[in-house]
Amino acid sequence: MEAVLAALTLQAGYNAALVTLGAALLGFAAGTAGTFLFLRKRALVSDAMAHATLPGVGLAFLVMVALGGEGRSLFGLLVGSALSALAGLLLVDGITRRTRLAEDAAIGAVLSVFFGAGVVLLTIIQTLDRGRQAGLESFLLGSTAGMLFEDAVLIAAGGATVVALIWLLRRPMTLVAFDPGYAAATGVDTRRIDLAMMGLVMAVTVIGLKLVGLILIVALLIIPAVTARFWTDRVERVLWTAGGIGAAAGYTGAALSASAPSLPTGPIIVLLAAGLFTGSLLLSPGRGVLAAVLSRRRFQARVHRRQGLLALARSEPIHDPLTLRLLRAEGLIRPDGVATDKGRAQAAKIARDERRWDVAREVHQDTALTGRYDGLTPIEEVFTPDEIAGFDARLGPPHPVGG
Amino acid sequence: MAETLTLAATHGARTDRAADPASPLAVRGLTVSYGDKPALFSVDATFPAGAMSAIVGPNGAGKSTFLKAALGLIPAVSGEVRVFGQGLAAARDRIAYVPQRASVDWDFPTTVIDVVLMGRYRRLGLFRRVSRAERAAATDALARVGMEGFADRQIGQLSGGQQQRVFLARALAQEADLYLLDEPFAGVDAATERAIIDVLKALKSQGQSVIAVHHDLSTVAEYFDHVFLVNVRAMGEGPVATAFTPEALARTYGGRLAATQLDQLRLTGA
Repeated sequence: MEAVLAALTLQAGYNAALVTLGAALLGFAAGTAGTFLFLRKRALVSDAMAHATLPGVGLAFLVMVALGGEGRSLFGLLVGSALSALAGLLLVDGITRRTRLAEDAAIGAVLSVFFGAGVVLLTIIQTLDRGRQAGLESFLLGSTAGMLFEDAVLIAAGGATVVALIWLLRRPMTLVAFDPGYAAATGVDTRRIDLAMMGLVMAVTVIGLKLVGLILIVALLIIPAVTARFWTDRVERVLWTAGGIGAAAGYTGAALSASAPSLPTGPIIVLLAAGLFTGSLLLSPGRGVLAAVLSRRRFQARVHRRQGLLALARSEPIHDPLTLRLLRAEGLIRPDGVATDKGRAQAAKIARDERRWDVAREVHQDTALTGRYDGLTPIEEVFTPDEIAGFDARLGPPHPVGG
Repeated sequence: MAETLTLAATHGARTDRAADPASPLAVRGLTVSYGDKPALFSVDATFPAGAMSAIVGPNGAGKSTFLKAALGLIPAVSGEVRVFGQGLAAARDRIAYVPQRASVDWDFPTTVIDVVLMGRYRRLGLFRRVSRAERAAATDALARVGMEGFADRQIGQLSGGQQQRVFLARALAQEADLYLLDEPFAGVDAATERAIIDVLKALKSQGQSVIAVHHDLSTVAEYFDHVFLVNVRAMGEGPVATAFTPEALARTYGGRLAATQLDQLRLTGA
């Protein structure tokens, strides 16, 4: 516990602190880059791209060993993974555009073939007696163990560059994600913007390989964006909220992993982000599950209350148990079902509003206002007091409702 | 005016009429295909400046395809597009496009005013902030379509007619000279149709040009000055009074127009 606290407060040593901050920056970059991926509905392409990095890691290792090195330069491995991710991306793009296969089929094919090739390459590498292959498998699930100062700097600088480019391109990327046809008509090169977006996602994937691992990086790209979407209806806020969520997950995940070095970083980060996602899914005021249940309940109560009062106004019997319960709870009817004074007054008002609506629909036949005649919208919300007075003048005096 | 009644037999290589340099949109020999089947074949069309023009034809006749190809949104197999006598790239700033509203996801996290501001993005470039003047221009565009009270509304809460008005406001915010609209009246309420036609007529009275894909034959004569009939091939074009005839419609629609519809149009004097 103490080790965890030390790691969370950046007291677990200089290197660990640097790695933790690097992970936070990477998480921020992933959250923002992933937002546009999510809005453009291309989330799965990034999964194919992430899995396509693996053969690049193996090949880069072999090339570096063949050139007489140890094959452990993170930069070299990342260059290799970027090239093979690019190959995977172009293949998905090519298959989608030049054949009749849909993108999902292309993604499935590219993802599995590249990943399979990568696993074969890594297995062969394990049997070699040259170079220091230990640690390559950490590219699958991510690890903070054995991270060097230079590695942390590379991750932090890469993350910062990605965030800066996203800030710069936020307007054209928003436009292309919302309405690509209109974007193209105003002279935006949508293909280039899409490529830039995928390039930024690729950069996040590649620099996140060592820390988060290629299998789960897609979660760090997508979960923050869908989580942020629960809390706001504006692109810019989704963007920066997603960045914050990604940063929080990256920071905490790296700190936990650093305090218990056998824990892989990727799964921890994903579980943290998934926790935030689940909380948002349940609790978001506008789009959450709980809010939806509550508002359906409230709506149902309004409908039943209104129907109950209309039945009172027409002296019809009420049988529905929910309606009876609601009217009783408000003191509009007595326990035996007879209307109280308060109930009669409200029923009379509702009956009058119904007749006002009849007049209103005749007077305003040709306008959209009568479209609000849905049984629930109060007439005072649709027409001004003097208009309602006009309807009343045609109606004559109010009628009392008998009990 | 007789020569503007282009018949089905015409092909791309017409020389009897030089391209009018002032025409907001002139297309020569435009062919677009999806796979091996042409959606448009060797279409010529010249639209007049400062007028409201309708593109009319049956479903699947290539009306929307014509607009998209004219804007360079989909590749053409052959053909030439001139906008105000210039190439498309040079004239981009003078064109505003209103796509079909069903073409976007209205659950996108954005507000009405932010959608309208998209019409100013090209002016803003990558670096400039959205200034107070830009915001005022967007608000003004919203007011012209009667939606000023909806600026901060999330777009998912709008009715179909309101969505269409927002798209029109975004185009107005561009302050263009040529407005291309794809089915602006499809599925909107009567009040919105009225509001949109008023905005378009105001544009025309300021000398701007409007070209709209239109599906309601009964309002062509009331709303538009010029008509272009298309069904894969160009089937006729010219002032509504002379080109929008029952004969031209029968040619465009084949047997797909009921005789009663044609009679109605005859009665309304089209």
